[in-house]
Amino acid sequence: MTTLSDPPRESFRLSMLLNDTRYRSYTLQFIALVLLLLLFGYLASNLVTNLADQGQNISYKFLGEPAGYDINQRPIPYDSQSTHMRAAIVGVLNTLIVSVLGCITATILGVLAGVARLSPNWLLRKLMSVYVEIFRNIPVFIWILIIFAIMAAAMPAPRAFRGEDPEASPLFGIIALTNRGVYIPKPILENGSGIVFAVFLLSIVGVFFYRRYARNLLFNTGKLLPTFWPTLGILFLPALLVYFALGMPIGWEIPELKGFNFQGGVQIRGSLIALWLALGIYTGAFVAENVRAGIQAVSAGQTEAAAALGLRPRRIMNLVILPQALRVIIPPLISQYLNLTKNSSLAIAVGYMDITGTLGGITLNQTGRAIEAILLLMLFYLAISLGISAIMNAYNNAMKLKER
Amino acid sequence: MRKTVFLGTVAVAGMAAGMAAATTLEDVKARGSLNCGVNTGLVGFASPNANGEWEGFDVGVCRAVAAAVLGDPTAIQFVPTTGKTRFTALASGEIDVLARNTTWTFSRDTDLKFEFVGINYYDGQGFMVPKELGVTSAKELGGATICIQTGTTTELNLADYFRKNNMDYEPVPIETDNEAQQQYLAGACDAYTTDASGLAAVRATFENPSDHVILPEIVSKEPLGPLVRHGDSEWGDIVRWTLNALVAAEELNISSANVKELAEAGTDNPEMNRLLGTEGNLGEMIGLESDWAVNAIAAAGNYGELFEKNIGENTPIGLARGLNAQWTEGGLIYSPPFR
Repeated sequence: MTTLSDPPRESFRLSMLLNDTRYRSYTLQFIALVLLLLLFGYLASNLVTNLADQGQNISYKFLGEPAGYDINQRPIPYDSQSTHMRAAIVGVLNTLIVSVLGCITATILGVLAGVARLSPNWLLRKLMSVYVEIFRNIPVFIWILIIFAIMAAAMPAPRAFRGEDPEASPLFGIIALTNRGVYIPKPILENGSGIVFAVFLLSIVGVFFYRRYARNLLFNTGKLLPTFWPTLGILFLPALLVYFALGMPIGWEIPELKGFNFQGGVQIRGSLIALWLALGIYTGAFVAENVRAGIQAVSAGQTEAAAALGLRPRRIMNLVILPQALRVIIPPLISQYLNLTKNSSLAIAVGYMDITGTLGGITLNQTGRAIEAILLLMLFYLAISLGISAIMNAYNNAMKLKER
Repeated sequence: MRKTVFLGTVAVAGMAAGMAAATTLEDVKARGSLNCGVNTGLVGFASPNANGEWEGFDVGVCRAVAAAVLGDPTAIQFVPTTGKTRFTALASGEIDVLARNTTWTFSRDTDLKFEFVGINYYDGQGFMVPKELGVTSAKELGGATICIQTGTTTELNLADYFRKNNMDYEPVPIETDNEAQQQYLAGACDAYTTDASGLAAVRATFENPSDHVILPEIVSKEPLGPLVRHGDSEWGDIVRWTLNALVAAEELNISSANVKELAEAGTDNPEMNRLLGTEGNLGEMIGLESDWAVNAIAAAGNYGELFEKNIGENTPIGLARGLNAQWTEGGLIYSPPFR
């Protein structure tokens, strides 16, 4: 008679850490981790010792001291008596401004160019290839400098607008293009402007409702409603009507040449424009390639099937190809956004005061707190990059193929 | 993990700084050459000439130190530094002495742990504007757009001056001097500001220097001088007294032309003899050969010669001696006695 029994359970012995293949890799990984930590610990302690030898220490007290320098582009109130901390925050905001503007521009340009690269139109296709190849293959730093230099040399100085018979005059009488930047009119809000804005916001909601209605109608009855012109109409007509009905409650402050510069209006500085355009166009070329790759990843059968159903080419692109291509496009798009944000640290080349220019530039220089400032700078870029990643990953999850 | 990687990178940089353990003098002698930090290119003060040799007023100081220490004014590695990198380069031991028109300030001396060994040029911050603007005083610059080079005391002085006079301005910070000049020439800035000597040097490189005026206001004190690291007083003494030797040589009428002669023949002036090493043992006291000062003076000339040759009134820079005349001539240039 035989009895079935489990094989005897071996009790764990210390030697198994090395001899048993089940545990050996963990042992080795653990040893490697300890060694790595020891190495970094040694380097860190070495740094602290060396700093102590030089009579220096790590201290962030300087952040509370007055900065003493001025910044030209200030999204929040700031003057030379504000603290280094506030100067750093101004820098962070400036970085975010140029990054967001750049990402939007890059996306629009990239999608248009990527789609156009696959266009049956020979000229359009080749032009877009030229754009992609030229912008992708020249360093973005050079593009920033080129655009900045062209702006400084090609646009008139403000003093060219002066006199009885000026050499230059503002565009449409309201927009001044100078080599210091572009001055545009600034809205002045008067009584009743709130109503106009409320109506405009309602119009935006209205557009969504109209689009959803048109979509449902299409899915339910197959009846196709026009969307473009009604959208425009819903968006602007009510707001315009209210605007005039209330007696034009939003005035415009037109920039005027006073003294050395244009006063009034909003100044978009040359440094911001150069950085924005360079980052936007450069990254746009990469995005275009992502978009092209994404579209080509959708099998040609999809296009043919859609065409067989009688869809027009633009609808095929919008309704069939792009939604499927998006899941290929978005992951590399995230890294392009991250690249753009990190590349914005080249701002100092044109004197745009981003975080690298304030905290990592003048503050670092004036206080001599290099290690502290750089650590803070790294922390900021890390935080902002992880933030962008998180947002885009969430979007990616919403977009990706849902398996049912 | 990421954070530890950062710390590690920083620590590696820190380790490099800790290498310079021996005294700077020993290091320089062992290396056989002096590492001298200079400007990346400011005509008259430090810039490479057509043959690629560095020359200028600050370069002269480097040459004198190399000649005093090593006996050879060409035994120098010039390290071009920007306004931003200069202090890191000095603190990390990459350079032995920084002679890069650097302003002596309290915080640089104490907080950044450097030792300014003297002043070789008394300067002040000024403004340059195109003549056609018709501006005659810095007080008329309210609302102007002003180009500045970042990483200097300049932007702080500018902020202070405009705050004091209750005027607005738009600063355009630019990383390098060259780019700031281009912006200024293109009219993207109304005015350009830096040390008055720098303005003169920059204006000399313009196509039509006479189209630009330097406004009379000097808005700050900018004593420029060479500096070394804290904590090596012996090395600091060497650089300090080399500079003083150049100044004393001008006062005593010792020039690069006659210094060898005077050293060989001897003179009847005891201080001259002590300086030239023919009397007393000053060289031994400072830890150098007895003819250290002779070599220093022979290398690039005395203080006055350096000034006239590089930035004086007969050069394109065209700076007058002004405050930088010898104290006997009503200036501030003064050397403690060699005794």
